[in-house]
Amino acid sequence: MSEPHTESTEWDDETSRQRVDEPIPTTIGVPHERSSAGAGPAPVPGGAALLEVDNVTLRFGGVTALDGVSFTIRQGEIFGLIGPNGAGKTTCFNAMTGIYRPTDGEIRFTGKRVTGLRKYEITSMGIARTFQNIRLFPEMTALENVMVGADAHHKTSVLGALFRLPRHRREEAQGREKSLRLLEFVGIRHRAGHVARNLSYGEQRRLEIARALATDPKLLCLDEPAAGFNPAEKEDLLQLIRRVRDTGVTVLLIEHDMRLVMGVTDRIAVLEFGRKIAEGTPAEVRDDPKVIAAYLGVPADAA
Amino acid sequence: MTTTADTPQTPEATAPSQGKPGGGLRGRLDSLPKPVRWAVLALLVAGAYLLPYAADVPVLGPQLVTEGIDWASALFNVSYFVLLALGLNVVVGFAGLLDLGYVGFYAVGAYTVALLASGDSVFGTKWTWLATIPIAIAIALFSGLILGWPTLRLRGDYLAIVTLGFAEIIRITADSTPDFLRGDQGFTGIPHPPGTFSDGTPVFGVRDATPYFWLGVTIIIIVVLALRNLERSRVGRSWLAIREDEEAAEVMGVRTVKYKLWAFAIGACVGGLGGVLFAGQNGFVNSAMFQLQLSILVLAGVVMGGSGNMAGAILGGALISYIPDRLRGTQILDRDAYEYRYLLFGVIIILIMIFRPQGLIPSRRRALELKDRAREVAPQ
Repeated sequence: MSEPHTESTEWDDETSRQRVDEPIPTTIGVPHERSSAGAGPAPVPGGAALLEVDNVTLRFGGVTALDGVSFTIRQGEIFGLIGPNGAGKTTCFNAMTGIYRPTDGEIRFTGKRVTGLRKYEITSMGIARTFQNIRLFPEMTALENVMVGADAHHKTSVLGALFRLPRHRREEAQGREKSLRLLEFVGIRHRAGHVARNLSYGEQRRLEIARALATDPKLLCLDEPAAGFNPAEKEDLLQLIRRVRDTGVTVLLIEHDMRLVMGVTDRIAVLEFGRKIAEGTPAEVRDDPKVIAAYLGVPADAA
Repeated sequence: MTTTADTPQTPEATAPSQGKPGGGLRGRLDSLPKPVRWAVLALLVAGAYLLPYAADVPVLGPQLVTEGIDWASALFNVSYFVLLALGLNVVVGFAGLLDLGYVGFYAVGAYTVALLASGDSVFGTKWTWLATIPIAIAIALFSGLILGWPTLRLRGDYLAIVTLGFAEIIRITADSTPDFLRGDQGFTGIPHPPGTFSDGTPVFGVRDATPYFWLGVTIIIIVVLALRNLERSRVGRSWLAIREDEEAAEVMGVRTVKYKLWAFAIGACVGGLGGVLFAGQNGFVNSAMFQLQLSILVLAGVVMGGSGNMAGAILGGALISYIPDRLRGTQILDRDAYEYRYLLFGVIIILIMIFRPQGLIPSRRRALELKDRAREVAPQ
């Protein structure tokens, strides 16, 4: 197959990826061991801004889905984004992950502009997400699903695979091992060989988290991960989110369930009709009359 | 969310898409230990190489062998149809991009050989067949990119229409450039593959198609090994992910543009290789050989055999070539049965879609899915 073409695509790979020189992390469960070991790109000190949403407006025709929304997610925290149905939470998510392009305003990640980048570029910068309505690759096995995420930082492509070059084989083996460890981490290792569509609902939610973690994110965005869960499952999820954070990954959580949000987040931003109406710690938000009026309607603990 | 003891299946499920020994040939093959599996594959390959002698097998042989056409030629036809099906399977089966103009790449391969090697060509280069191969593959790959690039945003029906146009453009261009691509008149005297026996007669002659078939099988084996390496790698996973959910794939870091282009390019390479093989055997190439029906036929073969699975594509490609050839010489209602081939394929495809929608040899994941669906229906 033609040499020049391949070379050019390989080259593209390298330019669009920041962490090319780093070895593929082989120690998993801990997607961010790299940064804690200080080998990563100049680690931002704890509490520094990781993601800045700066005055973002998004219009669809005459509908203003987001209206001048600003908030900042800090390194290492679990940040909650809440609001009533249709408040613009998922839209905000989609703007961050490149699915929508903001009409106005800017989103910065580790100080670099994200708006206008392609989705896979945003992924390789370190933002990963799950979907509100689970979007796995249903005909692929759980392991393969996670390996797709792990591939995001692999460099070999067609030529490497075609001739089974050493680097390709090494990346394959490492990707597989890493993926298995992530499956273990989210608790569905025993389902590795099963096609994703055959997993139970809860397992699919966990698989989505594993797949997102496989891209080595600095920021993991979870879009209503507890939707449809019973209280015991929610409790498990809460544990999982905390464990993810403990590995050094910052978490952004969109959630309806107030108890879950209040229990796990460090800070919360509240959206209503595309505008931010409050931001602060769970306690502050809980007591904010605007939030109570707009969103909760009733005291939070009754939810 | 609890992963409790209610799901203790296959604790050592480490292999991807490990098929549990279910029913069917595939399940049985997979349940065999590795050496046995290799032995079975080796036997299949040996059997393929021995096919030209099938007529000598008592009882079964005469049934298998074609009557209306020389058996070796029929086998050779099978070999390049299998190549086409394998290539199209990359685009349609792996990456899920519906391509109705696949014959265009086959034409590109054949015409490149003709232009570089035939005495009729305006270039007058008269290269050997072997020397044209790399150029033909490169040009086919390039044509895949040319088709792939503008159609990247298209899906499903829209993509199908554009690709269909692509194949027609090539054929019509050939028809309307009598000096360059020589339309109906075509290119004659395209050289055969090289090699002579010790007595000086060429290995690849005019009379016996058997060596061409062996060459075809060899190329098929190389292509299968190459595609298998791709299928089981990041590339194959990216294709599947794009097929399953393109947007989710890109959000997970799959460079969708790049891998869709690769799917087109690799499919085009294999199709071009089919054209090279065909031109080398036939010695003559003209525009009438690249009709639209051929694209449809190959697609039908892929779907019939089992889209997304190489064994299925091979079987499907073989059947679309073998069945009509086998029908030649048999009379139905005062006509050669060969004339009914499209009718027959129509009926076969309808029947397959009703009774076996996943194809004759479905890909393992499709089979798993259907099995599970059956289990859901059946009371436990």
